[in-house]
This record gives sequence, structure tokens and C-alpha cells, in this order.
Amino acid sequence: MDEGQLSRGTKAWWWVAGVVVIVYALFPVAWIVSLSFKTASDLGTGQFLPTTWVWDNYDNILRGDAQDLFLSSLRNSIGISLIATFISVVLATFAAYAIARLDFPGKRLILTTALAVAIFPVISIVTPLFNLWRNIGLYDTWPGLIIPYLSLTLPISIWTLSAFFRQIPWELEQAAQVDGATTWQAFRKVIVPLATPGVFTTAIISFFIAWNDFVYGISLTSTDAARPVPAALAFFTGASQFEEPTGPIAAAAVVVTIPVVVLVLLFQRRIVSGLTQGAVKG
Amino acid sequence: MAAITLKDINKQYGDGFHAVKDVSLDIADGEFVILVGPSGCGKSTLLRMIVGLEDITSGEMLIGGQRVNEKAPRDRNLSMVFQNYALYPHLTVFENIAFPLRLSKTSAKEVDERVRHAAELLELTEHLDRKPANLSGGQRQRVAMGRAIVREAQAFLFDEPLSNLDAKLRGQMRTEISRLQKRLGITTVYVTHDQVEAMTLGDRVVVLRRGVVQQVATPRELYENPVNLFVAGFIGSPPMNFISATVVDGRLHTPFGEWTLPESRATGLPGREVVLIGARPEAFEDASVVSDTIREHGVVFDANIDVIEWLGNEQYAYVPYEAPEDIRAQLAELERELDSEAMRTQLVVSLDATSRIPEGTTASLWLDLRKVHVFDPASGENLTVKAVRGAATDGAGYDGGAGSDGDGAPAAPQTPRSSASGDDGLPAAPTSGED
Repeated sequence: MDEGQLSRGTKAWWWVAGVVVIVYALFPVAWIVSLSFKTASDLGTGQFLPTTWVWDNYDNILRGDAQDLFLSSLRNSIGISLIATFISVVLATFAAYAIARLDFPGKRLILTTALAVAIFPVISIVTPLFNLWRNIGLYDTWPGLIIPYLSLTLPISIWTLSAFFRQIPWELEQAAQVDGATTWQAFRKVIVPLATPGVFTTAIISFFIAWNDFVYGISLTSTDAARPVPAALAFFTGASQFEEPTGPIAAAAVVVTIPVVVLVLLFQRRIVSGLTQGAVKG
Repeated sequence: MAAITLKDINKQYGDGFHAVKDVSLDIADGEFVILVGPSGCGKSTLLRMIVGLEDITSGEMLIGGQRVNEKAPRDRNLSMVFQNYALYPHLTVFENIAFPLRLSKTSAKEVDERVRHAAELLELTEHLDRKPANLSGGQRQRVAMGRAIVREAQAFLFDEPLSNLDAKLRGQMRTEISRLQKRLGITTVYVTHDQVEAMTLGDRVVVLRRGVVQQVATPRELYENPVNLFVAGFIGSPPMNFISATVVDGRLHTPFGEWTLPESRATGLPGREVVLIGARPEAFEDASVVSDTIREHGVVFDANIDVIEWLGNEQYAYVPYEAPEDIRAQLAELERELDSEAMRTQLVVSLDATSRIPEGTTASLWLDLRKVHVFDPASGENLTVKAVRGAATDGAGYDGGAGSDGDGAPAAPQTPRSSASGDDGLPAAPTSGED
């Protein structure tokens, strides 16, 4: 990564710029974390750090009044996002492999369609989908969310993965075949290990998209049966109707951020590109 | 180990491009055969058809006597070294070499034994635990070869294996490949565009041009008796010189004076008006250093030398000259086909290192007329070789395997490459019509 030695001045400027970016990006997160530890009376003070650190808000969402709402929605979110991610990665892997390796009519059509689906505004199909789902009984069910989530995750998965597959040298597969592998063995023993970083990256992106969705989540659910966290947050209530549920919402936001952070940390080493280095010369 | 037989092999791509045309070839068991030609001549396509990565449009391919046209690469039991090595980056050197054995479900003990044996042969033992990314170009090349030799394949196929290495390493690896092949005695087909590799490695060399076999012969035969202009221009560096000449009463009128060819070389002349004279740079000499005993076999002429390159052991002199426009165009076309570009018509002359001819002067050069070839400018055919062939075929035919037949046996003495080529050396698919 080192592009030669940067001069001292340039280095200092990069540091300053880096710090500014980090503060800009992380300050809201820090604010939310701080809010989640404040007492109800402390919320309006405008002070950054809580005057007293309390676990009340976490207690509230995990064991207290909001428990039913939060825990069931957390379960829904995890389940729905994981299933949507899994399906989309598996489908996208095969699709992208075909797109990168084979010449078949309609290849461009698939890519263009995928792109068109990806840029299509979600809000415009929510209303028809709402009616359709109610008629065929998918409203307020897990599949009722997984299917629209696939429309969000599949296009981007196909695009990222096909770009990734294109980087894997074709010769590796041919070498494997000459070495005595069947097409399937060549795919499993050579292409899959090399594609793993790409697959993980894609999986994480898909998971985030599904995890963060709000529009489908709030429109296509009505009960605990399928409502995901982002939608559930909107249904939190304060201790009285005159009190904003800011504290519990902040606590819930922190809780739902944790899996995302954990995922990235866990697979950080997998998301290194350049694994194909050394396969071929140049 | 097995012989490979190609019968009228054709390759036509979907877009109609005819990459390989009617190639017939018999590769004996244990033989080292080189496919050579300029880029786009179909040599790699031919190799990929042997290994099964490319479909055969028509014709029959036999390996060890069995038809393999319809067999998948994995069922042909061949091993191949790719131009860019194609190592598996996620596996260690050990696992890379072991890969074919793992696929054939060899026992762990045997895998270990054979991988270590191969690694030892290629001096890779200390690198077995490293990943390909951490190896140098030459080491990667050796790993690719290790993967090829670790199993008992019927034949080795090399697709320009050295083209990614720098010049020095290339020379070393060339010797290694030659040594390894002789030691293992396995049938080898080697594709290259580098004529030095072709000449030094092969028992026999197949010269291809636009998908058509031009000549199949030993390196020596190719060099001394090229069947046509293309082979003559392709083999040898610096390349053969071509001089246009008109025939008048059996004598040649050339830009360098009037020459009379010795009888053995003049057989193609009667009945022709224009011919091309081919002479290798070393057929020329500085007239002042030619010994009297051989002087009478050649002709002395004056030439204007504009550049001299002194290389220590020899020197090259460049002699520009004017040629008729049509001959010029033809030579330029030939050069283009050979992947080079003719700036001007000139002679490249190899002189003795002791010669003291200064640059930019007119000097007296001597040409050994016993070593010239006469080409038909229209068909490109070598009339001299054709005449010799017609008269008699000399000596025994090509003798099969070059290496020992025992695996791991002590290195067999090098088969002399001087063995004259008999019928085997004839072009499999002559370019010119019969006349």
C-alpha cells in the first residue's frame, strides 16, 4: 500500500482530514450511544455526556414494557435478513458465475434488468405490493418481506459478484480440469475458495440492505409476526403519552447496530481483495 | 506415456475463422515435439485441442492409440503447463503440486512421497509451505511444472511456458525442461513462438503458418533445408537473406553481380526467369579472411556496408541494396507474417570477429555458393531442397524416443540431433501444388 514516502506536511494534512471525517461520521453514533445511557429527565439538557449513567433504557427494551415489541422485531429482523441474504447470495453466485464465464444470449439483458430493478424507487411499488400481498396472504409474513428484500439485494449481489468472478483467471479452472477435476470440482475447489472474499463482501452488503430497510418493513407488516426492528422503532411509546420515547429508541438503535459492527469485525479478514495475487503472472 | 496421433485435424470457430487446417502429425512415445510459428498461426489452438480445452471441428485425435475427440480434459490424463502458470493462489506449493493427486484420491502417504520427490527434482523442497504469491517468477514456473510431473500423465503439454520470464531465467529454465524431459522420457508437446526454444529443445519441430503445417523436421534439417520461404525466414536469427535474381543462360543476375551456382544448387533454375536466392548470414565472409582452400566454392563481390555490429565472437554487417518493387513487396509481406517489419531490403552478413572492415565503406565480401538456396518467388517453394528430395532420401528415418524409458533412471545420453530426417521430415501438408 505504501506509495513511497509522503512528505511531512502532506502527512499532517492527511491526518487532519482523516480526523475530520471520523468525527463527522462517528459523532452521531456517539450521540446515540450517549442518549441511550441517559435518564428520561436528562434527555433535554443538551449535554453530550449523561449526568448519571443508567441502564434503564436497555432494561426497558429488553425486559420492560417495550420488550415484546423489541425482542420479537429483533428476531424478525435477524431471521428475515439472514434468509434474504442467503437466498440472494446463492442465486447471485450462480447468476454471476454464468455471466462472467459463459456466452449466452440475453446476458446483457439480465445485467440491464438487474440494474433497472436496483434503481427503481421502492416507494412506488409498495402500494401495489401491499394490495397484492393482502390478496394472496403474504401480508405480515416473513416471506412477504423476504421476497421484496430479494429485489433490493439480488441486483447489487449479481453486479458485485460478476465483477469479482471476472477477476478470477479463467486458466485456473482449465488447469483444474486438465488436472483431473470435473466442472463441479473445479468450481468447488478452485473458484469457490477464490470467490469467498467476494461472496462475503456481497453477503454483508445484502445483509445491511435488508437489515436497514424501513419502507417495506413498515408497509407490509402489521403485527409482531413479521415487523422488523426499523419499523418497530416507530411504534415505541414513552412512559406517558406526553413523553417522547427517545431513550428506548436510542438504546434499540445501539442494539441493532451491534450485529452490523460484529459482522464487519468478524469478516474483516475475509473481505480482503487481492487474494488472487500470485495465481498468474502479471 | 503414449504416442499422440493427429489425423486431418481442423478447427473452425463459430465466426468462420479457420484456425487449424488439416494438420496430421505422428508424435512418437517419448518424443519432444515443438509447435512453432508466429502469433496467430494456430499453434496454441492445436495444443488446446490435444489437451481437450478446445473442441475438434473435424479429424481424429488418438492418444496411446485411443480416440479422444469426445473425451473431457480430465479423462485424457495429460498434464499441461500454462503460459501464465495458473497456480491455485489459495493453496500452498505442496497442495498445488498435490492437487491432481488429491483429485484422483491417492493415499495421503503416496501424495506426500510423490510431491516431495517432484519438489526435490525441481528444487522446491524449501518452498513447499509457501503460497504462490510469495514466490518469484521462476519458482512459480517450477511449481507449475511440479504439478505437471507429479502424476503419471500420458504426455506433457507446454503452452509458451517461458514467455513470462526474463531472458536469463528463460535460458536456465529451458535447460531444466530439456533435462527433465530426458530424465522422465515422457512424450512432450511444447508450444512457443521463440525459435531459439524451438531449435534447442525439440527432437522435432513443427512449423505452422496460418493453421497449416509447413514443415516437420529436426532442428538441423529445418535450418539447413527449409522447404519454403516462410520456414527459411522464420528459423534462424538473424534471418536468412533473400536476394532477387534473374536467370539468364543458367547464370544469375543479382544486384551484386553475376553468379554461377554449383550444379547441386542450380537444379531448380532451368525454365525460370526470376528466383529468390536465400543465404544465411554465416554463408558470407569478409573476402580477405577466407582461406584459399574454400575460396573457389564461392563468389567475391563488392558491397557497401553501412552498419557493423561487433559482438565479440562475431560481427554482423548490414548491406542495404535496391530490389525490384514486386520482390520488395513480397519480402515485406513475408516479414509481416513473421511478426517483424522490413524497413528496407538489406543483407545481414556475419563476419569473422577478426575482420577489420570499417563502417560506411565498400568492402569485398565472399559468399559460399554451396550454402545458398533457390526459392520460387511465386510459390515460395525451396527448389534446391525439392530437387535433393526428389533425387534420394538419405539415411535412416527419425528415431523415436529421445529419453530413457525408465522413470527416474539416470539421465540418458543426449540423442544426437544430427540424425538426418527421412520421410518423416517431409512436410505433412505441402503448401504448393504438385508440378
